[in-house]
Amino acid sequence: MERTGTPGGRGPRATAHELARYESLFAARTRGMKSSAMREMMALTERPDVISLAGGLPDTSTFPHELFERLMAEVSTQTARALQYGPTEGMAATAACIAEVMAAEGTAIDPGEVIVTTGGQQVIDLVCKTLIDPGDVIVAEAPTYPGAVPSFSAYEAEVEQIEMDADGMPIDALEETLDRLAAQGRRPKFIYTIPNFQNPGGVTMSLPRRRRLVEVARERELLVLEDNPYGLLRYEGEPLPTLYSLDAAAVGREGASDLVIYLGTFSKILSPGLRLGWAVAPRPVLEKLNLCKQGADLCSSPVTQMFVGAYFAEQGAWLHHVERLRDLYRARRDVMFEALEQHFGDSATWTRPEGGLFIWATLDERIDTTDLLALARGSEGVAFVPGRAAYMDGRSGASSMRLNFAGIPEPEIREGIRRIGRAISAQVGLLGLLGSPATSAAAGAPKGGSEGRAQGEPLADVVALPRREPGGQGRRRKDR
Amino acid sequence: MTATRRVAVLKGGSSLERAVSLRSGAQVEDALEGLGHAVTGIDVGGDLVERLVELRPDAAFIALHGSQGEDGTVQSLMEALGLPYTGSGPAACVRGTDKVLAKQLMREAGIPTPDFQALRQAAIRDLGAGAALPTIERRLGFPMVVKPARGGSALGVKFASRSSELPGAMVGAFSYDGTILLERHIAGRDLAVSVLGAGAGNGEDRERPRALPIVEAVPREEGFYDYESRYGIGMTTFVCPAELPAEITERAQQLAVEVYELLGCHGFARIDLMVDHDTAELWVLETNVVPGMTETSLLPQAADAAGIPFDELVARMLESAFTR
Repeated sequence: MERTGTPGGRGPRATAHELARYESLFAARTRGMKSSAMREMMALTERPDVISLAGGLPDTSTFPHELFERLMAEVSTQTARALQYGPTEGMAATAACIAEVMAAEGTAIDPGEVIVTTGGQQVIDLVCKTLIDPGDVIVAEAPTYPGAVPSFSAYEAEVEQIEMDADGMPIDALEETLDRLAAQGRRPKFIYTIPNFQNPGGVTMSLPRRRRLVEVARERELLVLEDNPYGLLRYEGEPLPTLYSLDAAAVGREGASDLVIYLGTFSKILSPGLRLGWAVAPRPVLEKLNLCKQGADLCSSPVTQMFVGAYFAEQGAWLHHVERLRDLYRARRDVMFEALEQHFGDSATWTRPEGGLFIWATLDERIDTTDLLALARGSEGVAFVPGRAAYMDGRSGASSMRLNFAGIPEPEIREGIRRIGRAISAQVGLLGLLGSPATSAAAGAPKGGSEGRAQGEPLADVVALPRREPGGQGRRRKDR
Repeated sequence: MTATRRVAVLKGGSSLERAVSLRSGAQVEDALEGLGHAVTGIDVGGDLVERLVELRPDAAFIALHGSQGEDGTVQSLMEALGLPYTGSGPAACVRGTDKVLAKQLMREAGIPTPDFQALRQAAIRDLGAGAALPTIERRLGFPMVVKPARGGSALGVKFASRSSELPGAMVGAFSYDGTILLERHIAGRDLAVSVLGAGAGNGEDRERPRALPIVEAVPREEGFYDYESRYGIGMTTFVCPAELPAEITERAQQLAVEVYELLGCHGFARIDLMVDHDTAELWVLETNVVPGMTETSLLPQAADAAGIPFDELVARMLESAFTR
């Protein structure tokens, strides 16, 4: 039963007067935690008759039931240990699995510099808890991971967002921002980036930019939080080195970056229900993260850590599963590309992720996707994440949307995109009738800086990447 | 001490205000239980009638916001089932919820409401109504507020500060309703006046509805007028009673009661007004026939300021089901 009042329904009720008393007790940071109408509306999309492209979900139906059963049986052979508290930093066997996952991405680590966390989300929380005082600056991408927004808000961070283009965060724009902050005597506590198949942008930071980002971090002694949940879910193209490995190489010590905090997770390659993620961090940071985690939850679940241990003990099983996920998601992504061509056509631009779970589509700048969601949800029965969720100010990104292609079967992807396309057509048609001819999404004012002439399009303008020539660069879609 | 009744609290539903309605419903259920009533919460869906027929409650407490709860749909259904229910009847709900109709009625009755223009999507599609926009713009001027004709949340309510922003704002508002209204913007303070109906229980019989102390919504941040963030939790501070000159308070309360009677409300309602920063004129914006009953809602705050605790407020609201 849904209740926000007193559990069980008894006890005193809060009168407005009493609430005023609580108001004075709430921490100042809770004021920044917004419960927006948009978020409430998104909660409504969790209905069976609504096709949701809004989730951040991997498809857990792919994990073999028999294997799950066998692994849990394996865990049960050590019942007492599984049911006991574990070490705050995580079990040693889990750290070894993590080292194996990171090695598969070409990143060597010292398992002693790992902390196992309750999902990757906890890393974001713990890093903020460790580093952020109210008013401190975090630099993030624009758009940024919508799930990071409440964490940043909760610690009262000021977030500078750098508009991305087809190659991720433009480092010259980052440097401009850092210079501007420096002129005000301010230095960001960390730079938050999702270099691979960014959520929600779907773009990947190019190798030159990765190298340059690490250089900039080293020149200015800045921490970088590298959030890499999807690195192994690459469907095409060559894997790129992690920032962590680039920094470690710059330090000259194999497997020991000193400015990059790496965030990984089992959520996308195995299961989000396990609630297991990790951070690899420079030792002094790691020690603080450990202290903060003690206060947060003492340790992550030994049951699920032992499940992971048993899983990784099955030779090649996890890599095989990731391979299957890649095939599944690649096909779904391609179906979404086709559907977008067919149903969004000229009324939108979208990114062409080489991996991950998300496509970022941008419409005519006069269409607010929060309103579009209300229409699409009501009249069409389909949902997506409005772009505003990915911006700290809750206003930018209003014409964009995040679409998940990984979590649902192909026929629903096609139907979902068709439905959204119909709602967009209705709105574009209406705009035309209101006297202003429809402009393409690419007509929005360019934002953010650019380096290299070939990569200079801000993400909002990025291109109908579906139409770019193989090996070519992102190009602005032409007005009709 | 009131008699124990079996009360069905209708809440939730599938409207955009589902979340706030669930919170309202939970608060109301707690209060009713505390008052000794036998309470059943019903998350309104396809089995509503079936459940009511099965339950045969003494009354339905409507804590359902958004389309079905406020536009008379559920109220008509209660009448069809012969079930006593809280608050206004179907006709008042229709009048109050349709902002265009409410404003037309207020204008006819000489109650000040900001100048406006209603536009139907069908008229734009079939009659070329878009071509009338320049004329409307000249009359209303900028900035302008664009809102769906129905709907109680801030969704779809936009501010257009120039002509070029109007089409986008209108398309946004049309996402929520086939009719929208363009309204002259009043720069001023946001006031909410809650009204309790005549003779609303507990022996305090009155001949006329009674206006409660005024709540003022004070935005924490000035600047760009963004409705959604303005009405988001934490973005606005509520002051009750609002610090206003006595004559403005009195006039606002009097206007609220007039609107309440004009629309034919029953039991309770909340009327939103603006007081112009420059002229101190009062303007009535809209009426809410199923006001929020959450922890931070305005009607409970106003009642509290009038010395009516939450439980007593809920008791009076319940009595409105039996005094129609």
